[in-house]
Amino acid sequence: MTDAAINAGAAPREQGPRPQLSAAEARLKKRYRSEMWFKAQGVAAIVVAMIFLVVLVGRIVAQGYTTFETHSISVPVYLNPDRIDRSALDGVNYDYIVAEAVMKKLNIQDDDLGTTSGKVMDLVSRDLGFQLLDQIKADPSVIGKTIEVTGPVKADADLYYKGEIKRSTAEEDRKLDNQQLAWLDQLEKDGTVKGGFNFGFFTKSDSTEPEQAGVLGAVVGSALMLVITALIAVPVGVLAAVYLEEFAPKNRWTDVIEVNINNLAAVPSIVYGLLGLALFINWLHVPRSSPLVGGLVLALMALPTVIIATRSALKAVPPSIREAALGVGASKAQTVFHHVLPLAMPGVMTGAILSLAHALGETAPLLMIGMVSFVPGVPEGFTGASTVLPVQVFIWENASERAFHERTAAAILVLLIFMIVMNAAAVILRRRFERRW
Amino acid sequence: MTFTHPKAQALVQGHAMPTQNRDASVAAPVIHTAVPQGHGVVESRDFKIRARDVKVFYGEKQALFDVNLDIPAKSVTAFIGPSGCGKSTFLRCINRMNDTIPSARVQGSIEIDGADVNARSVDPVVLRSRVGMVFQKPNPFPKTIFENVAYGPKIHGLATRKDELEAIVESSLKKAGLWNEVADRLHQPGTGLSGGQQQRLVIARAIAVSPEVILMDEPCSALDPIATAKIEELIDELRSQFCIVIVTHSMAQAARVSQKTAFFHLGKLVESGPTEEMFTNPRDSRTQDYITGRFG
Repeated sequence: MTDAAINAGAAPREQGPRPQLSAAEARLKKRYRSEMWFKAQGVAAIVVAMIFLVVLVGRIVAQGYTTFETHSISVPVYLNPDRIDRSALDGVNYDYIVAEAVMKKLNIQDDDLGTTSGKVMDLVSRDLGFQLLDQIKADPSVIGKTIEVTGPVKADADLYYKGEIKRSTAEEDRKLDNQQLAWLDQLEKDGTVKGGFNFGFFTKSDSTEPEQAGVLGAVVGSALMLVITALIAVPVGVLAAVYLEEFAPKNRWTDVIEVNINNLAAVPSIVYGLLGLALFINWLHVPRSSPLVGGLVLALMALPTVIIATRSALKAVPPSIREAALGVGASKAQTVFHHVLPLAMPGVMTGAILSLAHALGETAPLLMIGMVSFVPGVPEGFTGASTVLPVQVFIWENASERAFHERTAAAILVLLIFMIVMNAAAVILRRRFERRW
Repeated sequence: MTFTHPKAQALVQGHAMPTQNRDASVAAPVIHTAVPQGHGVVESRDFKIRARDVKVFYGEKQALFDVNLDIPAKSVTAFIGPSGCGKSTFLRCINRMNDTIPSARVQGSIEIDGADVNARSVDPVVLRSRVGMVFQKPNPFPKTIFENVAYGPKIHGLATRKDELEAIVESSLKKAGLWNEVADRLHQPGTGLSGGQQQRLVIARAIAVSPEVILMDEPCSALDPIATAKIEELIDELRSQFCIVIVTHSMAQAARVSQKTAFFHLGKLVESGPTEEMFTNPRDSRTQDYITGRFG
């Protein structure tokens, strides 16, 4: 009887907890399900972002990589003394002398109207003619001799070699006619024209002729401008942030300043361009389109970001370090400069370099201060006329010649590499300065 | 009991009278200090720190109410009490660390050797070199062990030559009982030491500027029992040279290391007196409740 009673009592108890357990299990499953769903959404978001990135970079690389290959032509040129007027070296038609040499290679004669030589001139860069002039100026005794010159072919000829101008296109729809294409084939076959790496793209500056255009001027301009920006924005920003964070009393004035700094970080960059135009060019007469004025404008733009990044880096330093320093009798300034700021340095560096990288890619404010101009050379110092990479991209994008389009993409690649290098520097500096506490 | 100090006499009429009585009895340091003294006569030089009517406000909120306390020289005084009772606040008044909190306001007087620490002529930076502080969490600088100890002497100009500095570092580490453990790795980061070692390093850093008073704000609360025992041993050794004030949550620790105990509750100093007496025969019922574990 007792057994039965116990069993009778136990049986419903055994059954009792089960539905409860399964309810808990169901709840648990539901929780796991929602977690899985959230994770899946996260992965999907990353995949979408990656696809965008890959398409973007892939498109630029696909359009721009051809720039890094170019074709150059080498011809022996007879410097005919009858054609070269020693008293007016600059006035000589060197392009025609080069064309003659190429025609000799091709075994063709010019006609009376000069149509053939004109067509040949369309295939060879004017760079070769300038080389002749330079050589004669350097050493007039070469007149009468035969010298070998090497230079790029014209951009359209280069495009043909790269397969971007196709023979299959109707003759009237392409820039080169069938005869010119035949000449190009012949020149390539006999080894007069050779393909190779486009060093000129990195050693030359902007030019109206695509085959002679390079990014050197823009890279140097960008670098000079960034030097100015860094020299102004980083010290001013860091000192302002240190004062606001560590020394300034917390009152209405500092609140107003803080709100305004945050607002300045959100001001459209073109407004800074207008400010720079009014302040630096019209009022202070800083030379326009110089790295100096560009750097000043970008420093104004980068300043709020540097201040905000530095302040948050300072805030992240544990208060125990401040107390430790004050506790041994360090003054406020000693506490900040011996302990707090060195510990905040990785954050300060990262913030500064990221805002400089941002400044490097900025175009809009520079358009306002005259940097969107044709500058066919490397800037002469901080006050010389200059262009910068993003503006160079903007200028080439607007150019009509087809060869400039691949150069646009290539310049974007150079800009991206510039930025990757800067960001890598930020990471390395952060690692170096990082200390644990 | 006879009071010779005018201030002490004035206080006999005040509400703090029982406290003063106890101060007087502990200040006869027959047991605790080397200077023999008879008949319980209070002389001002026996007290390193005298606090009168100390009130602290954080903004509108009053955190400390009229604290009157005398802290004897060359002995350990413990502050006990439940969390938020104002004992750390009072401690931080002594070296003016409350100055760093913009909303904090301190009234009343705290005298060290008869000079008010809040006087305009007192530079908090100089004060803090006389009154060292050890914090709850070990907070060595993220620098080498040597640099940690040498920092104070360097900024205060206590050493002009490198060998002088090295001597200070060595003697400070020896006093803190850490020398044998770190002598061969002085140029390794101080943050690489164990918690207990870090706390002793911090004590060495405080000692290095030869302070007169060392304030310790719950120095063992982040440490394990063995490290705690070492710190307590160290405190016991140091009291022959320094006036030590320690805030602690552990009544057992207060009983072990201190000669005088002050009990704080809700921002008021409830009672203070010789530690032994406090723990065996507290006067106030709140003290009794707290030390017997009825609250807190």
